[in-house]
Amino acid sequence: MKQNWYKWAAALLILYTAWFGIMGDVPRKVVLNESIRNLYFHVPMWFGMIIILGASVYHSIRYLQNPLAAHDIKAESTAKVGVLFGILGMVTGMLWAQYTWGEWWSADPKQNTSAIALLIYMAYLVLRGSFKDDQQRAKVSAVYNIFAYAALIPLLFILPRLTDSLHPGNGGNPGFGAYDLDGRMRMVFYPAVLGWTLLGFWIANLRNRIIYLQHKNEA
Amino acid sequence: MQQFWVLLRHEMLLEWRQRNALGGMLLYVVSTVFVAYMTFKVVPALSWIALYWVMLLFAATNAVAKSFMQHSTGRLLYYYSLVHPLQLLLAKLAYNFLLLTVIHLLTTAIMSLLVGNPVQDLPWFWFTGWVGLLGITAILTLVSAIAQKASNQSTLMAVLSFPVVIPVLVLVIRLSKQALDGLDRSVGQAWLLNLVAIDLLVVAVALLLFPYLWKD
Repeated sequence: MKQNWYKWAAALLILYTAWFGIMGDVPRKVVLNESIRNLYFHVPMWFGMIIILGASVYHSIRYLQNPLAAHDIKAESTAKVGVLFGILGMVTGMLWAQYTWGEWWSADPKQNTSAIALLIYMAYLVLRGSFKDDQQRAKVSAVYNIFAYAALIPLLFILPRLTDSLHPGNGGNPGFGAYDLDGRMRMVFYPAVLGWTLLGFWIANLRNRIIYLQHKNEA
Repeated sequence: MQQFWVLLRHEMLLEWRQRNALGGMLLYVVSTVFVAYMTFKVVPALSWIALYWVMLLFAATNAVAKSFMQHSTGRLLYYYSLVHPLQLLLAKLAYNFLLLTVIHLLTTAIMSLLVGNPVQDLPWFWFTGWVGLLGITAILTLVSAIAQKASNQSTLMAVLSFPVVIPVLVLVIRLSKQALDGLDRSVGQAWLLNLVAIDLLVVAVALLLFPYLWKD
Protein backbone atom coordinates (compact mmCIF):
# COMPACT_ATOMS: atom_id res chain seq x y z
CA MET A 1 0.00 0.00 0.00
CA LYS A 2 2.82 2.31 0.91
CA GLN A 3 4.39 1.93 -2.54
CA ASN A 4 1.07 2.14 -4.32
CA TRP A 5 0.17 5.73 -3.55
CA TYR A 6 1.45 7.02 -6.86
CA LYS A 7 -0.61 4.53 -8.81
CA TRP A 8 -3.76 5.74 -7.08
CA ALA A 9 -2.63 9.30 -7.69
CA ALA A 10 -2.02 8.56 -11.38
CA ALA A 11 -5.43 6.94 -11.83
CA LEU A 12 -7.27 9.72 -10.02
CA LEU A 13 -5.41 12.51 -11.78
CA ILE A 14 -6.01 11.01 -15.22
CA LEU A 15 -9.70 10.46 -14.47
CA TYR A 16 -9.83 14.08 -13.34
CA THR A 17 -8.04 15.18 -16.53
CA ALA A 18 -10.30 13.14 -18.76
CA TRP A 19 -13.48 14.47 -17.09
CA PHE A 20 -12.56 18.13 -16.84
CA GLY A 21 -10.53 18.03 -20.05
CA ILE A 22 -13.66 17.18 -21.98
CA MET A 23 -16.41 18.69 -19.82
CA GLY A 24 -14.61 21.70 -18.40
CA ASP A 25 -14.95 25.23 -19.68
CA VAL A 26 -12.26 26.46 -22.09
CA PRO A 27 -11.62 29.87 -23.64
CA ARG A 28 -13.03 30.32 -27.15
CA LYS A 29 -10.18 31.00 -29.56
CA VAL A 30 -10.52 31.70 -33.25
CA VAL A 31 -8.42 28.98 -34.84
CA LEU A 32 -8.05 26.66 -31.88
CA ASN A 33 -11.74 26.32 -31.00
CA GLU A 34 -12.39 23.14 -29.04
CA SER A 35 -9.04 21.66 -30.12
CA ILE A 36 -7.49 23.70 -27.31
CA ARG A 37 -8.41 20.75 -25.09
CA ASN A 38 -5.57 18.83 -26.71
CA LEU A 39 -3.33 20.90 -24.44
CA TYR A 40 -4.24 18.47 -21.65
CA PHE A 41 -3.13 15.46 -23.68
CA HIS A 42 -0.43 16.62 -26.10
CA VAL A 43 1.74 18.86 -23.92
CA PRO A 44 1.86 16.49 -20.90
CA MET A 45 3.30 13.82 -23.22
CA TRP A 46 6.35 16.02 -23.84
CA PHE A 47 6.72 17.03 -20.20
CA GLY A 48 6.34 13.37 -19.28
CA MET A 49 8.86 12.27 -21.89
CA ILE A 50 11.53 14.70 -20.68
CA ILE A 51 10.96 13.78 -17.02
CA ILE A 52 10.92 10.04 -17.69
CA LEU A 53 14.00 10.17 -19.92
CA GLY A 54 15.65 12.22 -17.15
CA ALA A 55 14.85 9.34 -14.79
CA SER A 56 16.41 6.96 -17.30
CA VAL A 57 19.62 9.01 -17.30
CA TYR A 58 19.54 9.02 -13.50
CA HIS A 59 19.40 5.22 -13.46
CA SER A 60 22.24 5.07 -16.00
CA ILE A 61 24.39 7.29 -13.77
CA ARG A 62 23.55 5.07 -10.82
CA TYR A 63 24.60 2.07 -12.89
CA LEU A 64 27.99 3.57 -13.68
CA GLN A 65 28.49 4.32 -9.98
CA ASN A 66 27.37 0.90 -8.86
CA PRO A 67 26.92 -1.77 -11.54
CA LEU A 68 23.78 -3.55 -10.38
CA ALA A 69 21.51 -5.17 -12.97
CA ALA A 70 18.49 -3.48 -11.34
CA HIS A 71 19.72 -0.01 -12.33
CA ASP A 72 20.15 -1.12 -15.91
CA ILE A 73 16.69 -2.67 -16.10
CA LYS A 74 15.17 0.53 -14.73
CA ALA A 75 17.13 2.64 -17.21
CA GLU A 76 15.85 0.55 -20.09
CA SER A 77 12.22 0.49 -18.94
CA THR A 78 12.10 4.24 -18.44
CA ALA A 79 13.77 4.85 -21.82
CA LYS A 80 11.15 2.67 -23.50
CA VAL A 81 8.29 4.49 -21.79
CA GLY A 82 9.96 7.78 -22.80
CA VAL A 83 9.93 6.67 -26.43
CA LEU A 84 6.28 5.64 -26.10
CA PHE A 85 5.39 9.08 -24.71
CA GLY A 86 7.42 10.70 -27.47
CA ILE A 87 5.50 8.81 -30.15
CA LEU A 88 2.16 9.65 -28.50
CA GLY A 89 3.20 13.30 -28.19
CA MET A 90 4.14 13.37 -31.84
CA VAL A 91 0.90 11.75 -32.99
CA THR A 92 -1.30 14.02 -30.87
CA GLY A 93 0.77 17.00 -32.02
CA MET A 94 0.43 16.09 -35.68
CA LEU A 95 -3.32 15.70 -35.33
CA TRP A 96 -3.52 19.09 -33.65
CA ALA A 97 -1.25 20.64 -36.28
CA GLN A 98 -3.45 19.28 -39.07
CA TYR A 99 -6.47 21.11 -37.63
CA THR A 100 -4.82 24.38 -36.61
CA TRP A 101 -1.80 24.88 -38.89
CA GLY A 102 -3.31 22.99 -41.81
CA GLU A 103 -0.51 20.48 -42.21
CA TRP A 104 0.56 17.26 -40.53
CA TRP A 105 4.18 18.27 -40.65
CA SER A 106 5.29 21.85 -41.17
CA ALA A 107 9.03 21.59 -40.42
CA ASP A 108 8.44 23.45 -37.19
CA PRO A 109 11.66 23.46 -35.09
CA LYS A 110 9.90 21.76 -32.20
CA GLN A 111 8.54 19.05 -34.47
CA ASN A 112 12.02 18.50 -35.84
CA THR A 113 13.61 18.47 -32.39
CA SER A 114 11.15 15.92 -31.12
CA ALA A 115 11.80 13.74 -34.16
CA ILE A 116 15.53 13.92 -33.41
CA ALA A 117 14.93 13.03 -29.76
CA LEU A 118 13.01 9.96 -30.90
CA LEU A 119 15.80 9.03 -33.33
CA ILE A 120 18.34 9.24 -30.51
CA TYR A 121 16.39 7.02 -28.16
CA MET A 122 15.53 4.51 -30.88
CA ALA A 123 19.27 4.37 -31.60
CA TYR A 124 19.75 3.68 -27.89
CA LEU A 125 17.39 0.72 -28.13
CA VAL A 126 19.19 -0.54 -31.26
CA LEU A 127 22.48 -0.25 -29.39
CA ARG A 128 21.05 -2.32 -26.54
CA GLY A 129 20.11 -5.01 -29.02
CA SER A 130 23.62 -5.44 -30.37
CA PHE A 131 25.36 -6.99 -27.37
CA LYS A 132 25.65 -10.57 -26.30
CA ASP A 133 27.12 -9.84 -22.90
CA ASP A 134 24.67 -8.39 -20.36
CA GLN A 135 27.19 -6.41 -18.33
CA GLN A 136 28.79 -4.87 -21.37
CA ARG A 137 25.40 -3.94 -22.77
CA ALA A 138 24.47 -2.28 -19.49
CA LYS A 139 27.66 -0.27 -19.23
CA VAL A 140 28.02 0.86 -22.82
CA SER A 141 24.36 1.79 -23.21
CA ALA A 142 24.49 3.71 -19.92
CA VAL A 143 27.35 5.77 -21.35
CA TYR A 144 25.42 6.44 -24.57
CA ASN A 145 22.27 7.32 -22.64
CA ILE A 146 24.06 10.00 -20.63
CA PHE A 147 25.94 11.31 -23.65
CA ALA A 148 22.81 11.51 -25.80
CA TYR A 149 20.80 13.28 -23.09
CA ALA A 150 23.56 15.84 -22.64
CA ALA A 151 23.60 16.45 -26.39
CA LEU A 152 19.81 16.69 -26.41
CA ILE A 153 19.67 19.57 -23.94
CA PRO A 154 21.05 22.24 -26.31
CA LEU A 155 18.75 20.85 -28.96
CA LEU A 156 15.64 21.25 -26.82
CA PHE A 157 16.38 24.58 -25.23
CA ILE A 158 18.64 26.56 -27.56
CA LEU A 159 17.77 25.73 -31.14
CA PRO A 160 13.99 26.25 -31.07
CA ARG A 161 14.61 29.73 -29.71
CA LEU A 162 16.86 30.66 -32.61
CA THR A 163 14.28 30.15 -35.32
CA ASP A 164 10.70 31.09 -36.00
CA SER A 165 8.23 28.57 -34.77
CA LEU A 166 4.53 28.04 -35.09
CA HIS A 167 4.46 26.86 -31.51
CA PRO A 168 3.24 29.26 -28.84
CA GLY A 169 6.05 30.90 -26.91
CA ASN A 170 8.53 30.86 -29.83
CA GLY A 171 9.60 33.19 -32.58
CA GLY A 172 7.47 36.11 -31.43
CA ASN A 173 4.38 34.04 -30.73
CA PRO A 174 3.21 34.65 -27.18
CA GLY A 175 3.28 31.59 -24.96
CA PHE A 176 0.14 29.83 -23.94
CA GLY A 177 0.64 31.24 -20.49
CA ALA A 178 0.20 34.80 -21.76
CA TYR A 179 -3.54 34.69 -22.26
CA ASP A 180 -4.73 31.31 -23.45
CA LEU A 181 -3.88 29.36 -20.37
CA ASP A 182 -6.30 30.98 -17.97
CA GLY A 183 -6.86 29.85 -14.40
CA ARG A 184 -9.43 27.20 -15.26
CA MET A 185 -7.14 25.56 -17.76
CA ARG A 186 -4.22 25.61 -15.35
CA MET A 187 -6.35 23.70 -12.88
CA VAL A 188 -6.54 20.86 -15.38
CA PHE A 189 -3.19 21.22 -17.13
CA TYR A 190 -0.85 20.81 -14.14
CA PRO A 191 -2.68 17.77 -12.72
CA ALA A 192 -2.65 16.33 -16.24
CA VAL A 193 1.16 16.64 -16.47
CA LEU A 194 1.56 15.01 -13.07
CA GLY A 195 -0.96 12.26 -13.81
CA TRP A 196 0.49 11.24 -17.16
CA THR A 197 4.04 11.29 -15.79
CA LEU A 198 3.07 9.09 -12.84
CA LEU A 199 1.32 6.73 -15.25
CA GLY A 200 4.58 6.51 -17.22
CA PHE A 201 6.47 5.52 -14.08
CA TRP A 202 3.78 2.95 -13.32
CA ILE A 203 4.19 1.36 -16.77
CA ALA A 204 7.99 1.33 -16.32
CA ASN A 205 7.55 -0.26 -12.89
CA LEU A 206 5.36 -3.03 -14.32
CA ARG A 207 7.98 -3.75 -16.96
CA ASN A 208 10.73 -3.85 -14.33
CA ARG A 209 8.80 -6.43 -12.36
CA ILE A 210 8.21 -8.62 -15.43
CA ILE A 211 11.96 -8.59 -16.17
CA TYR A 212 12.79 -9.41 -12.52
CA LEU A 213 10.43 -12.39 -12.65
CA GLN A 214 11.94 -13.58 -15.91
CA HIS A 215 15.43 -13.37 -14.41
CA LYS A 216 14.25 -15.27 -11.36
CA ASN A 217 12.74 -17.94 -13.57
CA GLU A 218 15.97 -18.37 -15.48
CA ALA A 219 18.11 -18.58 -12.37
CA MET B 1 51.17 15.65 -20.62
CA GLN B 2 54.18 13.59 -21.65
CA GLN B 3 51.91 10.65 -22.40
CA PHE B 4 49.65 12.77 -24.56
CA TRP B 5 52.40 13.72 -26.98
CA VAL B 6 53.74 10.19 -27.15
CA LEU B 7 50.26 8.86 -27.89
CA LEU B 8 49.59 11.54 -30.50
CA ARG B 9 52.87 10.73 -32.21
CA HIS B 10 51.99 7.07 -31.96
CA GLU B 11 48.62 7.65 -33.68
CA MET B 12 50.31 9.47 -36.53
CA LEU B 13 52.92 6.78 -36.85
CA LEU B 14 50.23 4.10 -37.01
CA GLU B 15 48.41 6.02 -39.71
CA TRP B 16 51.59 6.55 -41.63
CA ARG B 17 52.34 2.84 -41.56
CA GLN B 18 48.96 2.14 -43.12
CA ARG B 19 49.28 4.73 -45.81
CA ASN B 20 46.82 2.95 -48.04
CA ALA B 21 44.09 3.47 -45.42
CA LEU B 22 44.91 7.17 -45.30
CA GLY B 23 44.98 7.31 -49.08
CA GLY B 24 41.66 5.47 -49.24
CA MET B 25 40.10 8.05 -46.94
CA LEU B 26 41.30 10.95 -49.04
CA LEU B 27 40.18 9.19 -52.19
CA TYR B 28 36.77 8.77 -50.56
CA VAL B 29 36.49 12.56 -50.37
CA VAL B 30 37.56 13.00 -53.98
CA SER B 31 35.14 10.30 -55.24
CA THR B 32 32.17 11.71 -53.31
CA VAL B 33 32.79 15.18 -54.62
CA PHE B 34 33.13 13.77 -58.10
CA VAL B 35 29.84 11.86 -57.83
CA ALA B 36 28.14 15.03 -56.63
CA TYR B 37 29.72 16.95 -59.48
CA MET B 38 28.59 14.42 -62.09
CA THR B 39 25.04 14.29 -60.76
CA PHE B 40 24.58 18.02 -60.20
CA LYS B 41 26.86 19.62 -62.83
CA VAL B 42 25.80 23.07 -61.64
CA VAL B 43 25.16 23.35 -57.92
CA PRO B 44 22.86 26.14 -56.70
CA ALA B 45 24.46 28.21 -53.93
CA LEU B 46 22.22 26.97 -51.11
CA SER B 47 22.57 23.35 -52.13
CA TRP B 48 26.32 23.83 -52.22
CA ILE B 49 26.37 24.34 -48.45
CA ALA B 50 24.08 21.38 -47.80
CA LEU B 51 26.06 19.15 -50.14
CA TYR B 52 29.31 20.24 -48.57
CA TRP B 53 28.25 19.34 -45.06
CA VAL B 54 26.62 16.06 -45.99
CA MET B 55 29.79 14.96 -47.76
CA LEU B 56 32.01 16.17 -44.96
CA LEU B 57 29.85 14.40 -42.35
CA PHE B 58 30.05 11.09 -44.19
CA ALA B 59 33.78 11.43 -44.79
CA ALA B 60 34.29 12.34 -41.13
CA THR B 61 32.21 9.38 -39.93
CA ASN B 62 34.28 7.07 -42.08
CA ALA B 63 37.56 8.59 -40.98
CA VAL B 64 36.85 8.60 -37.25
CA ALA B 65 35.05 5.24 -37.20
CA LYS B 66 38.28 3.32 -37.24
CA SER B 67 39.88 5.25 -34.38
CA PHE B 68 38.96 2.53 -31.89
CA MET B 69 37.88 -0.24 -34.20
CA GLN B 70 41.28 -0.77 -35.79
CA HIS B 71 42.84 -1.89 -32.53
CA SER B 72 42.78 -5.55 -31.65
CA THR B 73 41.67 -6.48 -28.14
CA GLY B 74 45.22 -7.39 -27.29
CA ARG B 75 46.52 -3.98 -28.27
CA LEU B 76 43.84 -2.24 -26.21
CA LEU B 77 44.69 -4.38 -23.23
CA TYR B 78 48.28 -3.27 -23.61
CA TYR B 79 47.21 0.39 -23.62
CA TYR B 80 45.17 -0.11 -20.45
CA SER B 81 48.25 -1.25 -18.59
CA LEU B 82 50.31 1.71 -19.76
CA VAL B 83 48.35 4.96 -19.99
CA HIS B 84 45.64 7.00 -18.31
CA PRO B 85 42.27 6.85 -20.14
CA LEU B 86 41.99 10.64 -20.46
CA GLN B 87 45.42 10.86 -22.05
CA LEU B 88 44.38 8.27 -24.60
CA LEU B 89 41.08 9.97 -25.37
CA LEU B 90 42.72 13.39 -25.65
CA ALA B 91 45.32 12.00 -28.04
CA LYS B 92 42.61 10.38 -30.14
CA LEU B 93 40.58 13.59 -30.14
CA ALA B 94 43.58 15.68 -31.16
CA TYR B 95 44.51 13.25 -33.90
CA ASN B 96 40.99 12.97 -35.27
CA PHE B 97 40.59 16.74 -35.18
CA LEU B 98 43.78 17.07 -37.21
CA LEU B 99 42.53 14.47 -39.66
CA LEU B 100 39.16 16.17 -40.09
CA THR B 101 40.90 19.51 -40.54
CA VAL B 102 42.77 18.01 -43.49
CA ILE B 103 39.54 16.55 -44.89
CA HIS B 104 37.81 19.92 -44.43
CA LEU B 105 40.61 21.63 -46.40
CA LEU B 106 40.62 18.97 -49.08
CA THR B 107 36.84 19.02 -49.54
CA THR B 108 36.85 22.81 -49.92
CA ALA B 109 39.68 22.62 -52.44
CA ILE B 110 38.16 19.89 -54.60
CA MET B 111 34.66 21.33 -54.45
CA SER B 112 36.01 24.72 -55.53
CA LEU B 113 37.94 23.13 -58.35
CA LEU B 114 35.14 20.98 -59.78
CA VAL B 115 31.85 22.68 -59.01
CA GLY B 116 33.03 26.18 -58.17
CA ASN B 117 32.75 28.03 -54.90
CA PRO B 118 29.86 30.45 -54.32
CA VAL B 119 30.98 31.35 -50.76
CA GLN B 120 31.72 35.06 -50.49
CA ASP B 121 33.48 35.07 -47.14
CA LEU B 122 35.64 31.99 -47.46
CA PRO B 123 37.87 32.45 -44.35
CA TRP B 124 34.78 32.84 -42.13
CA PHE B 125 33.13 29.83 -43.77
CA TRP B 126 36.25 27.81 -43.17
CA PHE B 127 36.82 28.98 -39.61
CA THR B 128 33.22 28.45 -38.37
CA GLY B 129 33.18 25.06 -40.04
CA TRP B 130 36.41 24.22 -38.29
CA VAL B 131 34.95 25.20 -34.89
CA GLY B 132 31.97 22.97 -35.61
CA LEU B 133 34.27 20.11 -36.57
CA LEU B 134 35.63 20.08 -33.01
CA GLY B 135 32.20 19.11 -31.68
CA ILE B 136 31.70 16.64 -34.50
CA THR B 137 35.11 15.10 -33.74
CA ALA B 138 34.26 14.66 -30.07
CA ILE B 139 30.87 13.08 -30.81
CA LEU B 140 32.22 10.72 -33.46
CA THR B 141 35.22 9.71 -31.34
CA LEU B 142 33.13 8.78 -28.31
CA VAL B 143 30.55 7.02 -30.49
CA SER B 144 33.30 5.01 -32.19
CA ALA B 145 34.50 3.94 -28.75
CA ILE B 146 30.90 2.88 -27.99
CA ALA B 147 30.34 1.13 -31.31
CA GLN B 148 33.64 -0.72 -31.02
CA LYS B 149 32.18 -2.70 -28.11
CA ALA B 150 29.12 -3.89 -30.02
CA SER B 151 28.39 -6.02 -33.05
CA ASN B 152 27.29 -4.44 -36.37
CA GLN B 153 29.71 -1.59 -35.78
CA SER B 154 29.40 0.36 -38.99
CA THR B 155 25.61 0.68 -38.82
CA LEU B 156 25.79 1.69 -35.16
CA MET B 157 28.40 4.32 -35.94
CA ALA B 158 25.96 6.16 -38.20
CA VAL B 159 22.78 5.48 -36.24
CA LEU B 160 24.24 6.57 -32.90
CA SER B 161 26.14 9.62 -34.06
CA PHE B 162 23.93 11.30 -36.68
CA PRO B 163 21.09 12.40 -34.41
CA VAL B 164 23.58 13.63 -31.81
CA VAL B 165 25.53 15.58 -34.44
CA ILE B 166 22.45 17.50 -35.64
CA PRO B 167 22.62 20.45 -33.16
CA VAL B 168 26.22 21.16 -34.19
CA LEU B 169 25.34 20.75 -37.84
CA VAL B 170 22.36 23.10 -37.68
CA LEU B 171 24.48 25.87 -36.18
CA VAL B 172 27.36 25.27 -38.58
CA ILE B 173 25.08 25.39 -41.61
CA ARG B 174 23.58 28.64 -40.35
CA LEU B 175 27.04 30.17 -40.08
CA SER B 176 28.01 28.74 -43.47
CA LYS B 177 24.97 30.35 -45.07
CA GLN B 178 25.91 33.63 -43.52
CA ALA B 179 29.42 33.31 -44.97
CA LEU B 180 27.89 32.34 -48.31
CA ASP B 181 25.92 35.58 -48.42
CA GLY B 182 28.96 37.53 -47.26
CA LEU B 183 27.07 39.15 -44.39
CA ASP B 184 28.89 41.08 -41.68
CA ARG B 185 30.63 38.67 -39.32
CA SER B 186 29.03 40.17 -36.22
CA VAL B 187 25.68 38.76 -37.40
CA GLY B 188 26.74 35.23 -36.54
CA GLN B 189 28.50 36.01 -33.27
CA ALA B 190 25.73 34.57 -31.08
CA TRP B 191 25.55 31.39 -33.15
CA LEU B 192 29.31 30.99 -32.96
CA LEU B 193 29.17 31.33 -29.18
CA ASN B 194 26.42 28.71 -29.05
CA LEU B 195 28.55 26.46 -31.21
CA VAL B 196 31.58 26.87 -28.94
CA ALA B 197 29.37 26.13 -25.91
CA ILE B 198 28.06 22.92 -27.52
CA ASP B 199 31.64 21.94 -28.45
CA LEU B 200 32.80 22.39 -24.88
CA LEU B 201 29.79 20.51 -23.52
CA VAL B 202 30.34 17.56 -25.84
CA VAL B 203 34.09 17.39 -25.15
CA ALA B 204 33.51 17.64 -21.40
CA VAL B 205 30.88 14.89 -21.37
CA ALA B 206 33.09 12.68 -23.55
CA LEU B 207 36.01 13.14 -21.15
CA LEU B 208 33.74 12.39 -18.21
CA LEU B 209 32.30 9.21 -19.69
CA PHE B 210 35.25 7.66 -21.48
CA PRO B 211 36.94 6.18 -18.37
CA TYR B 212 33.82 4.05 -17.81
CA LEU B 213 33.94 2.76 -21.36
CA TRP B 214 37.46 1.75 -21.97
CA LYS B 215 37.87 -1.29 -19.79
CA ASP B 216 35.74 -4.39 -20.08
